[in-house]
Amino acid sequence: MHSFRGFLLKEFYHIFRDRRMAAILFGMPLIQLLLFGFAIRNEIQEVNLGIYDQSHDAVTREITDKFASSGYFVMTQELHSRAEIEHAFAEGSIAEAIVFEPGFATRMIREGRANVQVLTDGSNPNISKIITGYTTSVLQDYRNTALRTAEVGVEAVPLMMFNPELKSVNLFVPGLMALILMLVSALMTSISITREKESGTMEVLLVSSLRPVEIIVGKVVPYFLLAFVNVVTVVALASFVFGVPCRGSVTLLMLESLLFIVTALSLGIFISTITSSQQVAMMISLAGLLLPTILLSGFIFPVASMPLPLRMISNLIPAKWYLIIVRGIMLKGTSFGYIWKETLVLALMATVLMAASIKKFKTRL
Amino acid sequence: MSEPVIHTDKLTKRFGGFVAVDALSLTISGGEIFGFLGANGAGKTTAIRMLTGLLAPTSGKATVAGFDLYSGSEGVKRNIGYMSQRFSLYEDLTVRENIRFFAGIYGLTNQAIKEKSRQLLDSLKLVAVADTRLASLPLGWKQKLAFSVAILHEPKIVFLDEPTGGVDPVTRRRFWDMIYEASKQGLTIFVTTHYMDEAEYCDRLCIMVDGKVAALDRPDAMKRTFGVESMNEVFIQLARSKKTE
Amino acid sequence: MKEVVTLANVGKRFGAVQALQGVTISVGKGELFGFIGADGAGKTTLFRILATLLLPDEGRAEVLGLDVVRSYRDIRKRIGYMPGKFSLYPDLSVEENLRFFASVFGTTVEKNYELIRDIYSQLEPFKTRRAGKLSGGMKQKLALSCALVHRPEVLFLDEPTTGVDAVSRKEFWQMLRRLREQGMTILVSTPYMDEAVLCDRIAFMQEGKMLALDTPTGITTLFRKPLFAIRASDTWGLLCVLRASPDAASVYAFGSALHYSDNRPSARADELLAALQADGFTDVSVSVIQPGIEDTFIALMEEKQGSVDE
Repeated sequence: MHSFRGFLLKEFYHIFRDRRMAAILFGMPLIQLLLFGFAIRNEIQEVNLGIYDQSHDAVTREITDKFASSGYFVMTQELHSRAEIEHAFAEGSIAEAIVFEPGFATRMIREGRANVQVLTDGSNPNISKIITGYTTSVLQDYRNTALRTAEVGVEAVPLMMFNPELKSVNLFVPGLMALILMLVSALMTSISITREKESGTMEVLLVSSLRPVEIIVGKVVPYFLLAFVNVVTVVALASFVFGVPCRGSVTLLMLESLLFIVTALSLGIFISTITSSQQVAMMISLAGLLLPTILLSGFIFPVASMPLPLRMISNLIPAKWYLIIVRGIMLKGTSFGYIWKETLVLALMATVLMAASIKKFKTRL
Repeated sequence: MSEPVIHTDKLTKRFGGFVAVDALSLTISGGEIFGFLGANGAGKTTAIRMLTGLLAPTSGKATVAGFDLYSGSEGVKRNIGYMSQRFSLYEDLTVRENIRFFAGIYGLTNQAIKEKSRQLLDSLKLVAVADTRLASLPLGWKQKLAFSVAILHEPKIVFLDEPTGGVDPVTRRRFWDMIYEASKQGLTIFVTTHYMDEAEYCDRLCIMVDGKVAALDRPDAMKRTFGVESMNEVFIQLARSKKTE
Repeated sequence: MKEVVTLANVGKRFGAVQALQGVTISVGKGELFGFIGADGAGKTTLFRILATLLLPDEGRAEVLGLDVVRSYRDIRKRIGYMPGKFSLYPDLSVEENLRFFASVFGTTVEKNYELIRDIYSQLEPFKTRRAGKLSGGMKQKLALSCALVHRPEVLFLDEPTTGVDAVSRKEFWQMLRRLREQGMTILVSTPYMDEAVLCDRIAFMQEGKMLALDTPTGITTLFRKPLFAIRASDTWGLLCVLRASPDAASVYAFGSALHYSDNRPSARADELLAALQADGFTDVSVSVIQPGIEDTFIALMEEKQGSVDE
């Protein structure tokens, strides 16, 4: 026990004496949250809109006014030909163009329908999709008011449950938690173990009376605590600064986070058992853990829209399961009864990884 | 002898309040083998970094290969070679690729690179292993190649920073044979070492203690001055005197 | 039990490289035993086997009468090991490093202070300094203190003096001698030939094999050819002329002189002198000398490899 205490103490010295390390550990969660919260948003404001009105009648003018008054669009220019549209897109002066066919009002009255073409800049598909969505709803809105008396139809009234304002920060916070925990736990532990291998101190530790389990646990405990401090910080900041709710049980959220931390720590130890250089450990952690956590977990791109092979791979990524859990608890107020499967997957991953690394962590070189 | 290749006058480097090199004044002439000795932390590395243009001096004057250290550091770099503790060659490249690469960074033309590679492979008797990766060659060969590559661009002076650390006694001596040969052809050698017997191979020696020049002379004269048999004893006496101060 | 370390025909291979081959040695209690060899000679592999960090592929190795493969746990508690490159934590202070290594061996600095006092007292004025900021010689003293702090029965020191200046090296060896006088068994490796004479017995290592094993004076009797120290002001010219001689067995620079060994057992100094003077070396001097450890090592190396490379 005396040996183990000494070991723990040493680990904390390492963390607090390395200014860069301390800065990463405590500064990174803050900066990332602020970055994601303020800079990266999915909501669109002030879409530059160009109108190519080939009809110039009362109806097209009314629709145009509706766009202008919606608050989302800014009418930048009147366009006069197809070529002009293309030019405006190329120039970047508009993000969307709306084309009314010739004789719009006449056709509308005679046939009961007329065509509007909506053109968006597909070079950024995400934004493009959102703009198209806004445009459709403005058009829908117009049709509903204009034709209310004339037609009876089925109307879809969308309501985004759990995130009615479509705030992207709500979406990012769970992903960010996964990212930060992965970084602190997996990256930092794998680096701190491989550093000892590089400096030769691991040789002395192995020869000492410490058992491998003690070495592993000694490496894990400090980062376990730090990662937990980070979770609390992120959740608190998200709630106070950005008003991200936690609708479910905070205790459950914390317990699930601890489970994810353990999984990430086991991954970190596992990495350090298969390599002996800090550099390689860092590369594996960054390319093998962080990128998938960002790209394949559903953090940024929804898992459901991935091709099958990627969907299968995403199942192997702990962050995917953690994300489902966190989104459930924070945004939907889900209780444990609905997320026990995901919890089980994480627990399984942690157990297998921990067992594998303890087995692989050699008592020799 | 020819005019000085290195001339320094009260060259000094401070790091904050710490004086790493204190008023170093040296004159080294062409073709000389100049040994630069000192305990760990005596300022050797700092001095070498200044003389190779990697570190700006705090004060003092210096010319290296005819260029002023302050205004002509580009000229200095073009006219010096450098080989560090172990070799600065790439283990995962072949002999030929290493030569090509280093010739390339010294700005040799393609034609000149080809010519040089051929010459070098011939003179080092490495033709048979030209396309072998360096990692699988014996230490002695690698060392020869590293030295040859360091002087590929025909510098006026070459800095060797502990070139023989951890090397077996035969390979070490073969390396010194190369140094002798190069110096006979007019190359100036500036070398640091922890092996005191190697210090005796130098034409002149400078022993640094705490950033200052503690002794500067020919090895035999130095031994006479201190009244001892070997350089090792000279070195230990100098370091001792510092401790008892 | 008298033998502290016994190695019987120990071999170790890493892929295509035979790192160790047929090493047989036994080291008695209280002995200061040196392994002399350059980088890649297999010294580190051997020390790691003894410290139970590597398993030998062939042969048997015992430390304190215990097998390094089966009884590694017991061995680890009773040995002190200092790997090549100093294994200290640069971000921990001198005192913290020492306390840490004491604690991982389940002991305290106070309990064993007597043993390390001699060495550690020199460091005490700097005990709050970070280990990374120590000079090479001081780091080495600290590393030795850390290896000793749990009162081991045998010390394995892998190249403790590499890259350290001559003065610190000398001090370090004085410390080792004092430890040996207190009855400590010490196995040490070094690339420096001049350190070999300070050992009780030495083993020459080259490319994983043992070239010789004896006391420092005993080992020089393996050098059988007549050996001369030859001096002239033109050392390089002298070297070229001597190398060209058909009778030359070997010619190497040793400090300010050349050591020349002759293939003819009857070779005489006055004859050599006359021949060299005739060659134009007016200030040449020739004297018969006793071969040193380095002379012997070189001779054995060349014998083993034919004429080395080329």
